[in-house]
Amino acid sequence: MSTTKKIAVGTLAAALGVTTLTACGGGSDKASDSGTGSKTVTLVSHDSFNASPAVLKEFTKRTGYTVKVLKSGDAGEAVNKAILTKGAPQGDVFFGVDNTLLSRALDNGLFEPYEAKGLDRVPDTVRLDKDKHRVTPVDTGEICVNYDKKYFADKKLAPPQTFDDLAKPAYKDLLVVENPERSSPGLGFLLGTAAKYGDDGWQDYWKKLKANGVKVVDSWELAYNQEFSGSAGGRKAKGDRPLVVSYASSPPVEVLYSEPQPAEAPTGVSTGTCFQQTEFAGLLTGAKNAEGGKALIDFLIGKTFQEDMPLQMFVNPVVKDAKLPELFTKHGAEVAEPYTVAPEKIAEKRDGWIQTWSSLVLK
Amino acid sequence: MVLARPEVATRRRAALRAGALRAGLMALPVAFFAVFFALPVAAIVGRGLRTEDGAWQAGRLVDVLGRPDIAGVLWFTTWQALASTALTLLVALPGAYVLARFDFPGKALLRAVVTVPFVLPTVVVGTAFLALLGRGGLLDEMWGVRLDTTVWAVLLAHVFFNYAVVVRTVGGLWAQLDPRQEEAARVLGASRLGAWRRVTLPALAPAVAAAALMVFLFTYTSFGIVQILGGPAYRTLEAEIYRQTAQLLDLRAAAVLTLVQFAAVGAILAVHARTVRRRETALKLVDPRSTARRPRGPGQWALLGGVLLTVLLLLLLPLGVLVERSFDGGLGYYRALQHVDAGGGTFLVPPVEAIGNSLEYAAAATAIAVLVGGLAAAALTRRAGRLVRGFDALLMLPLGVSAVTVGFGFLITLDEPPLDLRSSWLLVPLAQALVGVPFVVRTMLPVLRAVDARLREAAAVLGASPWRVWREVDLPLVGRALAVAAGFAFAVSLGEFGATVFIARPDNPTLPVAVARLLGRPGELNYGQAMALSTILMVVCAVALLLLERIRADRSGEL
Amino acid sequence: MLVLEDVTVRFGARAAVDAVSLEVADHEIVCVLGPSGSGKSTLLRVVAGLKPVDAGRVLLDGADQAGVPVHRRGVGLMFQDHQLFPQRDVAGNVAFGLRVRGASRKEQAARVAELLDLVGLPGAGGRAVAALSGGEQQRVALARALAPGPRLLMLDEPLGQLDRGLRERLVVELRQLFGRLGTTVLAVTHDQGEAFALADRVVVMRDGRIAQSGTPLQVWRRPASEFVARFLGFDNVVAATVTGAVADTVWGKVPVPAGTAQGAARLLVRPAGVRLGDPADGLRCTVEGRTFRGHHVAVRLRPESGPVLEAACPLRDAPGEGAVVGVTFAADEVVVLG
Repeated sequence: MSTTKKIAVGTLAAALGVTTLTACGGGSDKASDSGTGSKTVTLVSHDSFNASPAVLKEFTKRTGYTVKVLKSGDAGEAVNKAILTKGAPQGDVFFGVDNTLLSRALDNGLFEPYEAKGLDRVPDTVRLDKDKHRVTPVDTGEICVNYDKKYFADKKLAPPQTFDDLAKPAYKDLLVVENPERSSPGLGFLLGTAAKYGDDGWQDYWKKLKANGVKVVDSWELAYNQEFSGSAGGRKAKGDRPLVVSYASSPPVEVLYSEPQPAEAPTGVSTGTCFQQTEFAGLLTGAKNAEGGKALIDFLIGKTFQEDMPLQMFVNPVVKDAKLPELFTKHGAEVAEPYTVAPEKIAEKRDGWIQTWSSLVLK
Repeated sequence: MVLARPEVATRRRAALRAGALRAGLMALPVAFFAVFFALPVAAIVGRGLRTEDGAWQAGRLVDVLGRPDIAGVLWFTTWQALASTALTLLVALPGAYVLARFDFPGKALLRAVVTVPFVLPTVVVGTAFLALLGRGGLLDEMWGVRLDTTVWAVLLAHVFFNYAVVVRTVGGLWAQLDPRQEEAARVLGASRLGAWRRVTLPALAPAVAAAALMVFLFTYTSFGIVQILGGPAYRTLEAEIYRQTAQLLDLRAAAVLTLVQFAAVGAILAVHARTVRRRETALKLVDPRSTARRPRGPGQWALLGGVLLTVLLLLLLPLGVLVERSFDGGLGYYRALQHVDAGGGTFLVPPVEAIGNSLEYAAAATAIAVLVGGLAAAALTRRAGRLVRGFDALLMLPLGVSAVTVGFGFLITLDEPPLDLRSSWLLVPLAQALVGVPFVVRTMLPVLRAVDARLREAAAVLGASPWRVWREVDLPLVGRALAVAAGFAFAVSLGEFGATVFIARPDNPTLPVAVARLLGRPGELNYGQAMALSTILMVVCAVALLLLERIRADRSGEL
Repeated sequence: MLVLEDVTVRFGARAAVDAVSLEVADHEIVCVLGPSGSGKSTLLRVVAGLKPVDAGRVLLDGADQAGVPVHRRGVGLMFQDHQLFPQRDVAGNVAFGLRVRGASRKEQAARVAELLDLVGLPGAGGRAVAALSGGEQQRVALARALAPGPRLLMLDEPLGQLDRGLRERLVVELRQLFGRLGTTVLAVTHDQGEAFALADRVVVMRDGRIAQSGTPLQVWRRPASEFVARFLGFDNVVAATVTGAVADTVWGKVPVPAGTAQGAARLLVRPAGVRLGDPADGLRCTVEGRTFRGHHVAVRLRPESGPVLEAACPLRDAPGEGAVVGVTFAADEVVVLG
């Protein structure tokens, strides 16, 4: 196998020279660096990763390292790819493994221990690997039910605030959720109900939700842009569900991407329905530039990056000294006590729960 | 044994030289497919089917196939593909006839327009169909009918995608059938229908079969459309492979399903190769321009009208809805595309840069596809035989293999120098070229085969070396086909979505990726920009195809 | 100039060319004549290098051509259906061989003009080849083949697709032209009229072997075998036993030329040697049909015994259909076949 491979690879090496030459010259700058140079540190992440160019330049100025970002699909896909390439990683640092996927990553030995500088500013509650330091928490976010303010105002109905509320007859046929099998907010919402009602109680709750006319769609995009009546896309599509599972940060984003920006967000958050997601970063096993990687992890929990994050990825900083942008303080929701489930438990129960959920709700 | 006589040795040398030339031409295509297709796919399947110590586990096949949910997926995949194929033929055959036999103003435009859907990315099509069939869509507005999350939405979208396959494959041949054959049958006493049934239909049947098989192949491996329009209840084999690989990392199940799909696609391609071969033989073809007539009589005008109406409702309306939504805010969404951040920062690059990225990637992918496909076609022309036909069909296999399988395969195979391409921008065009090559070969091969071998001999006798023969004889004759092939490869990679998203890449989003990302965020501007970018993508594709119509050679291949 | 030594070419088990040896001298015009499938076109392809030999040697000017690729052999080949390059005009076609040899534009233009004059198409350089008539295409193909000055010009059914009148005129023109230029020519055709009019020497082929070789007159006068005789259109062939100056046949006694070998033989009586007379004299025959052949009438005769006979007689002497005549044979038109 490996000799065949080497021969094939060798044969192609020459051929590829031709290909590269005939390929467009405009891309030469991109081809110049494959990320192994000691002055480049490569960050592997999911598609939602974003940072201001100025912030990344700041990192280069401080440390001398240039960051190269590789986006590797949605969160689950990115983690799975990292696991597949263990030993010959695509980069030095991985960012974007959350608490629902953390056990899978740790069990597969994806990360090298590294204790980041400034970790003392991060609350204990989100430091899930605090003994071994294989991962460092970088941000948190909440998956919560969002509501269409106008709908409830017109109906003179109080928007629901808790899981229990959602099962009440007053909110019949109003909620749309995502399929936990295929969508990460859908999974978060299911985990939230499991945290709230316990291992054996959530099934009954979902039976009630089903009886109350909950609608399931496959993706966040469909739920939010098509079914939900409070979003810009949903209004256009004449969505008729005023309740949707989304993020606590969705209302400020809804304001941000409107022209002109409204004085008040059109949507609100049912703060009693939130599941907390924490995203971690770690130094990949076999990283070629471990020193640069360590510097990058330090930087990720530094004040500059943490304060840039909210408007780039719509998540909350983990460090206590980072200030939230005004947009978030004005339109965002304060979630006092989000639900959460231990990563080991998620790893153990997740597939069974999803299967049970499917047979309860979809069939 | 007697000593080899000198002439035996020279004969052997000549045969060796011919063999070396063919081998030389084949080396690049074979290496390309070995390294960028066979190896990655074999590696990822091997991971799934072998234990840690490398022993093959054939038993896993039975385990996975025995699962009831998997059986359900197989059943749905098959029946929806059959239904989609039947529906596509039903809707598109009249279109094929009209475009083949009628002459009317705007015909070239119409032909380009019906091809646009084929090269559009599924995200865009899915969004368009949601806007049409979903909540608040046109059907909902007018009759209160909603088809999203029903299988009808999937079937209609499949017809939308594959209309061009039938029109181009069947219509292309129909236009070249000599109408005098039908006239001869009429003179011999056959009725109009009888003449069509006895003369035209048998001549057309292999082309219809070939088109049907291609549609079956495309719908059998449908992914994006089913994901977006199918709702939670429907899942194809391809979608299941994606889920098992990318989401669940159950490589065992994914490997088994990949093998099942491989077997199915292999069977389809084998049958397809047979029908194509049958079609190539024994038909007397004429210049398509000589067979088209102005429609005559109310019947023919009604047929033309019916086809135009179908195209309008099925093909243009979904696209129109997208365009309409992109102009909701006047030109606001288009203007917003030029900014890095519309008020806070989303993209590292402004979406309009995605257009540039797309064009760059597509140009690179086209160059690779034309190089690899052109060499393969040149090598395949030199000799017909079982082996060559086999390779011909083999080139089509990438169309039937899940992009996620290839993408994940890249990750675990292209990790050693000199081919550590995993984080190179080149990987995206390489993956796109994998899809483009079959189209290049399909377009070039019939033309190259149609070049009279004695024309090459005439040039050689006049003193032209083999290279010179190719330059002086083949190239001028296939130049137009080459342009068509390049254009098609360009359009296909422009809309390519699968390979692009499954490959980890530096942040140079292509148009389809940018659209998908914009749709993944809340907010009016994001949604509007997604519509605007989709519209731009559509226009770019349409312009590319319209240019192709102008240079399209009379005899170039079907797709 | 050209020497073939025991050249054999096989297609699978069948030998298309079977141990053929042939020489073409400088300035000689040799015409290979044979029915389709006799291997004559394959012979040309072998010489051009388009078809490798399975055994034997091909020598040009004494040099073995084994391993010399097509484009370095310096021979010209005019294809059966001309194979003009459709994407080039007349001048582009004629100049092709000069261009690939790197001739300057000026040389090319001069030579093209010269050749177009030579083939009777002066000033046609700018015309599209698709717009040419069959005869014009033939002339352009000839000009193209001649342009690089090949040491040997090969013609494959040069006039095959043209109508009869044009063919007869062109064949005379060609012979004059080649004579004037001193071109060495190897042509193949299935048309004996064409071969005899064009060639210095005719080679008749059958099933990949040479059946007879000689000047047109030699071949015409003394076909070497029944095959050659019948291929040349002579059907009055019959089994005979020669005794002295007379042969015994089913047609009765036939006189043979002096010195004919004794014993069993096949006998050809050329139609001109079939004399018609009074029914009382000679072999009694009924006239079955008459075919007007221009300068004579071919009369088809059914004898009382033996196969049908053909006689050639002058127009005014031709008997009517159904008439009964007596046939005698002239010894100088009788050929004993090998």
